[in-house]
Amino acid sequence: MTTSDSGGLEIEGLHKVLGGRSIIHSLDMTVRPGELVSLLGPSGCGKTTTLRMIAGFLTPDAGSIKVGGREVVHLGPEHRPSAMVFQNYALWPHMTVAKNVAFPLKLRKRPKAEIAERVDAALELVNLLHHKDSRPARISGGEQQRTALARALVQEPELLLLDEPLSNLDAKLRVKVREDIREIQQRLGITTVIVTHDQEEAMSVSDRIAVMNNGRIEQFSTPADLYGTPATEFVATFIGSLNRLEGAIKDGRVVPGPGVVGIRPEDVVFGTETHPRGLAATVERVVPRGHFAELHLRREDAVLRAYVTGVPPAVGASGCARIEKWLEFEDGQLVGQGTAE
Amino acid sequence: MPRALSRGVVVLLAALLALFIIGPLLWLAMRAFAASWTYPDLLPDAWTFRWWSVVFSDRALGVAVQNSLFFAPITVLVSAVICLPAAYAFARFEFPGRRFFLIGVFAANSFPKMGLFVSLAALFYALNLMNTILGILVVHVLGTVVFMTWIPAAAFAAVPRSLEEAARDAGASKLRTFFSVTLPMALPGILVAAIMSFLSSFDEAQGTYLVGAPDYMTMPTQMYSLVLNYPTQVAAVFSILLAIPSVALLLAAHKHIVGGHLAEGFQIK
Ligand SMILES: Nc1ncnc2c1ncn2[C@@H]1O[C@H](COP(=O)(O)OP(=O)(O)O)[C@@H](O)[C@H]1O
Ligand SMILES: [Mg+2]
Repeated sequence: MTTSDSGGLEIEGLHKVLGGRSIIHSLDMTVRPGELVSLLGPSGCGKTTTLRMIAGFLTPDAGSIKVGGREVVHLGPEHRPSAMVFQNYALWPHMTVAKNVAFPLKLRKRPKAEIAERVDAALELVNLLHHKDSRPARISGGEQQRTALARALVQEPELLLLDEPLSNLDAKLRVKVREDIREIQQRLGITTVIVTHDQEEAMSVSDRIAVMNNGRIEQFSTPADLYGTPATEFVATFIGSLNRLEGAIKDGRVVPGPGVVGIRPEDVVFGTETHPRGLAATVERVVPRGHFAELHLRREDAVLRAYVTGVPPAVGASGCARIEKWLEFEDGQLVGQGTAE
Repeated sequence: MPRALSRGVVVLLAALLALFIIGPLLWLAMRAFAASWTYPDLLPDAWTFRWWSVVFSDRALGVAVQNSLFFAPITVLVSAVICLPAAYAFARFEFPGRRFFLIGVFAANSFPKMGLFVSLAALFYALNLMNTILGILVVHVLGTVVFMTWIPAAAFAAVPRSLEEAARDAGASKLRTFFSVTLPMALPGILVAAIMSFLSSFDEAQGTYLVGAPDYMTMPTQMYSLVLNYPTQVAAVFSILLAIPSVALLLAAHKHIVGGHLAEGFQIK
């Protein structure tokens, strides 16, 4: 498998109406060559619809889609330089693994020897050479998924599209497969768009994430940026965990106000000794989360969730809780960030 | 003890069932080789191949076999050419009157056949189709429409759309997608429909008699005159001949229908 000189993806003013309802409104997005971008959002926000328009299964009502600088919006899926990995893998059950992978090359009328060579290379890449002659129904879900990936990669597409690639795998396999996908993507330098509703999945593999909500991109940025500086309240709550309180923060305490404050649980600090910026707090609940624990702390102004590592305090223990950092929202938009001096 | 008893009951029931299924066939087979066999004798008085040679040397009967073997495959072919595109359309497209057609195909088959054939005969006289090969073909094809539409439509509908989309995505045209993905995956269903159509044509007697007799006699229509003109042993020989295609086809198709990739297709959704 050669490193592909992938093109980028430019989407402008994309609109789609389905069943009389506007599903995608004026969507713009640019994916740089070789970049891995996730479309992340809750179920029903329009991720699959967007991906299907990029792949060519749906025609947008307006807008332009360019792959490698070339307009593709008028092309059928068979003429687009993209290849897709389907959510249910969509392997052809009447063909063996090798025949599935060979099919795109047969359609391109490549010479037999070249097909054999490229199929082997693609199967080698996803570590499936030993299952070459198996029928899809005879291999595991993870192996089916890798077959689907090989079938896409063998085409050396300019753009790789994956719709919820991990959703049909069990939790353990998911982490491994997403790392494999990322590793292969980096090695080939292939421009990739992944659709997912799982923020952890998106955060762990993406160069950038487009957070979608109700057919719009709320924010398009790097994982760190989305987490640290979420542009909207929606992004802040969708990515990571957030204490959401109505009001404002003044002198370390929550006071009534017109806006909303958001505090990440790791920005709430709990200790037994008093602190000038802290308030007395009691531990109401302790939720073990593996290498850390989540505390529910009752203060006089609010109930806050906090993360602590090490041995967690007991339920009912009292101490002092302080807020180190917070986000300020008005009308759902980020208007400021606060840090305790 | 009750265990042994229930075991005995099961064995008895199985034996009865076997007797019920195999008994008449056995009787038929014996009859075909019986010189004469009269009540109340338990077995025929002598065995003979005479009736078989009667059947094979009778020109009319030979012609009937030939006619049947001519009409059945052509019927399947014509029916497939007409019905399979319709089946695909029923499975894949939403069009006005879709449900009406689908139900209509079914309903047409649930009326008493003779009524249909009588009105058909009136039409055939007008169109000069009486006593023609074309007329018989029309009758036979009509009898297969319900199989060739409903079963393949279900088979096409069962092909997941994402498998077709995957082919398009891989670079296949719509036509190529149909022939490389949709058709092979629907093939077991189409095979079943073809077999049922073949047998339906092979067994069709009423309409064929009405439209074709006496110029074009097929095996089932010939049966009528056999029963009247020959000893019953000849009819027995003939019914065995008539059963051969059914058994042969079912045996041949059995593997594809039960163990083919139809089952695999369902496993991976
Ligand atoms: N063919 C269709 N007709 C009508 N509405 C549709 C159709 N396809 C999808 N939708 C609607 O569009 C919205 C977005 O769907 P989808 O893109 O599948 O969301 P996601 O992939 O983000 O979960 C959903 O509300 C869905 O009900
Ligand atoms: Mg989806």
